[in-house]
Amino acid sequence: MKISLTRRYRFAASHRLHTAKLSEEENKRVYGKCSNPYGHGHNYALEVTMTGPVDSATGMIANLAELDPFVQREVIEPFDQKFLNEEIPEFRAQVATTENVSREIFRRLKSFPSARLERVRIEETSKNSFEIEDEVDEVRG
Amino acid sequence: MIRITRKVEFSAAHFYHNPNFSAEENRRVFGKCNNPHGHGHNYVLEVTIAGEPDPATGMVLDLKELKEILQREVMERMDHRHLNYEVPELAGQIPTCENIAAVIWKLLDPKIKTGKLDRVRLYESPDLFADCTADASNGSGART
Repeated sequence: MKISLTRRYRFAASHRLHTAKLSEEENKRVYGKCSNPYGHGHNYALEVTMTGPVDSATGMIANLAELDPFVQREVIEPFDQKFLNEEIPEFRAQVATTENVSREIFRRLKSFPSARLERVRIEETSKNSFEIEDEVDEVRG
Repeated sequence: MIRITRKVEFSAAHFYHNPNFSAEENRRVFGKCNNPHGHGHNYVLEVTIAGEPDPATGMVLDLKELKEILQREVMERMDHRHLNYEVPELAGQIPTCENIAAVIWKLLDPKIKTGKLDRVRLYESPDLFADCTADASNGSGART
């Protein structure tokens, strides 16, 4: 039996799907209304899944007293109420699709010291969600 | 392979306290969850069974049977109970979401005769849940 712990957070941000590598017409064709020039926003829900041994002294995989401020510092503060394309440096060079946002958030949370980040899942809307898992697991199958 | 999931809800009280920690350490590690008077949650439990549907019934496992197992093994043990004092399976453990989910897995696993217990997901609140799954690699899972 394997145990994981998942914590859900929220942030609201705007983005625009647009790349300088494509012409304006191509951007419009590929990204549709998501490419509108002034951007648009979402209420993102972020699920962070941690795994690892349950510490017998605390009964915990990860203490929320450590995880919450870590996620707050690494993701919520920089992302919440922001325009991702302009205010998160990593999205100056890559399109702020939620695939790329998931990957960036995974990268930021991977250094959590006391448990292993297993998965990041983002709901962009109630209809669209995106997941990224630790690649070690993918290799293991 | 098909997965079927049944959901039940129970309400219970708990608090976090390790007798090997000093009072100050307990407060530092467990924060307000250390309040000795306890506090409660509406737990939501999702139990997933995996298997092939029986050609005669079209069912992996009769959900009515699963409902009865959940009633007997989980609801009667934990619903409207204080998890620190009234659930012997949790004795000596901090009743965190992780530990409760593991206890539920161990209670249910031997009772599932048709299909296989695939996942136990226990929500302590809509923003926090623990998952127990069969560990194929037997690697970095929980200490048992």
